[in-house]
Amino acid sequence: MMRFAFSDDQLAFRDAVRDLLERECPPEVVRAAWSNETGRTDHVWKHLADVGVLGLIAPESTGGLGLTMLDLVLVLEEAGRVALPEPIVEHTAVALPLLQPEEQAAAAAGSITVGAGLAGEPFVPHADSADLIVLQHEVALYAVPTKDVELTSAASIDGSRRLSTVRWNPSPDNLIASGDELADALERGALGVAAQLVGLADRMIDMTVEYARHREQFSVPIGSFQAVKHHLANARVKLEFARPLVYRAAYSIAHDDPDRAIHVSMAKAQSSDAAALAARVALQCHGAIGYSYEHDLHLFMKRAWALAATWGDARWHRARVGRAIL
Amino acid sequence: MDLTYSAREDAFRADAREWLEANVPDPALPSGDTRDGFVRHLEWERKLFDARWAVVSWPEKYGGRDASLWEWLIFEEEYYRAAAPQRVTQNGIFLLAPTVFEFGTSEQQERILAKMASSEETWCQGWSEPDAGSDLAAIKSRATRDEVAGGWRLSGQKTWTTRGAFCTHLFGLFRTDPAAEQHRGLTYFLVPLDAPGITVRGFGRLDGDEGFAEVFLDDVFVPDHDVLGEVDQGWSVAMATTGSERGLTLRSPGRFLATAQRLRDLYRDIGEYADPALRDEVIQASIDAEAYQLQTLQTVTKLVDGQQIGAQSSLVKLFWSELDVHLHETALQLLGPRAELADEPWMKGYEFALSGPIYAGTNEIQRNVVAERVLGLPRK
Repeated sequence: MMRFAFSDDQLAFRDAVRDLLERECPPEVVRAAWSNETGRTDHVWKHLADVGVLGLIAPESTGGLGLTMLDLVLVLEEAGRVALPEPIVEHTAVALPLLQPEEQAAAAAGSITVGAGLAGEPFVPHADSADLIVLQHEVALYAVPTKDVELTSAASIDGSRRLSTVRWNPSPDNLIASGDELADALERGALGVAAQLVGLADRMIDMTVEYARHREQFSVPIGSFQAVKHHLANARVKLEFARPLVYRAAYSIAHDDPDRAIHVSMAKAQSSDAAALAARVALQCHGAIGYSYEHDLHLFMKRAWALAATWGDARWHRARVGRAIL
Repeated sequence: MDLTYSAREDAFRADAREWLEANVPDPALPSGDTRDGFVRHLEWERKLFDARWAVVSWPEKYGGRDASLWEWLIFEEEYYRAAAPQRVTQNGIFLLAPTVFEFGTSEQQERILAKMASSEETWCQGWSEPDAGSDLAAIKSRATRDEVAGGWRLSGQKTWTTRGAFCTHLFGLFRTDPAAEQHRGLTYFLVPLDAPGITVRGFGRLDGDEGFAEVFLDDVFVPDHDVLGEVDQGWSVAMATTGSERGLTLRSPGRFLATAQRLRDLYRDIGEYADPALRDEVIQASIDAEAYQLQTLQTVTKLVDGQQIGAQSSLVKLFWSELDVHLHETALQLLGPRAELADEPWMKGYEFALSGPIYAGTNEIQRNVVAERVLGLPRK
């Protein structure tokens, strides 16, 4: 029976993760990750392992929760909302289902971190702190121990995104997937990033509403000005009509819908644009205060810029939709 | 989450598709916003009614099929897919009827709904006035009590009344308590347009069709049984159903899915001569139509669960009205110098699409509503 909504269980799990992340990953933690050794959190990652998020879509036999992308999408949205500085999409959405049982169990438990660098992506985020990296060569994927690759770091505008280029040699011993499995890994990655972008957009709008309610100029809250209201309303509309595409794409992946690739592209295109608009509006409404490095806004804004451009930007995904519908 | 329709719903779709394919007029009818076109459209409305497709979501006793919201959506999808005629009865069916179902007495329901469904009586909306457009609560037209005759005497002027020159009845808001401020002291009245004291003057819309009217009321008597809801509560009566299940004023996604399909057909027809930059616009508009469809499925799920959508409807109105303009603008850009031809349907559609950001509360008002009631920004 048609029903476009999450179950109470799915929402309850989402709420629990939201509470956890709000408590454990406030902006101070993200900011700290900008200047620590790994760009990551340690303690939040461990909490996520404890509640089952890291192994969410792994089977129960390897310590996972045996759930699907439809469950994970809500969690990744929450990760975006707090700008979680972790390779959560690469680890939980891209790599996990492809790993051998022993490695899958270790990844689900959080005792290893798995990074991923698939076609067309020049950089692998957090490769330097990953134990294993899933890499693409031609139409196959390999899970390569980090100790066997050569990393060259590159600085991102998002100080917590520790990027590396990876030099490596494919070996049949490390082959884990090809063909459809490779294609599906790409879809899971693009969708996971789309979900984070939705969370980021939502957070930036929330922050800005809160700011505009209290910041006074001309003796009134700036949020009472129509120019400010209309900026924020436009950003909210854009988000409202990106989110259902993201949820539908998650459903399509979970149900092996033959059109799942188109659905993912619609989701990534729309969520990239929604996050870009939210970032622009958030900065404009915060004014010079938001332009300051000390203010938290840029932590979210820079993540949004980075993610909007990775795993295919809006135009790339629209072109892919176009090949299917035109 | 389940994004599949049941076998029963699929069968409903197949029935609708089959009937529409066999019955949709070809060539298309002339504009329903002209005097002659309106008459032709009423013949079509009668045909729909006879086949019980006029008001699918209504109870059977009024000519409906007791269809679920999902079936209503399916019907609308098929209706637009078949390029069936515009619904000249829509302001009655979609705006007035939900209010009659919720607030009408059983006598009013019996008297009004069946004739509305069959299009024997056609309804236009009398809300806007020369000085009350976006500021709808500034309505000045008044109703004064006539205790002896058991009713009210209406005076004033309504305007921009869609198809007012062709319809038989008007529903509108009138001020019954002149001392009350703004939204208070208004009452919802049902008025036959042939009542003594009424003068209707049609006038042209942007496209030149006589789809607008001014309605002048000079001491028009309306009996008590033509008051809808409580006296002085007209504002809340009018607004109450906008977000409810009965108040299915949702713009059906089928309309935009069908327009997006026609836009893609146009792009393919123009083929290699099309500006490559427009390809991205065509795809974006198609994605937006899909997003609108999916957001509607979310909304209908909420309504089926018994939730209200409230101010969310303003978000929706902003999106579909801007989408409709974008779809048509893209088509006109594809057509280039051919777009100006007077019989170009995309241009006619564009002119109509441009009304979307204006009617039913301008998009500036809707943005204020979103900002204040969805986001929680201060009114002042």
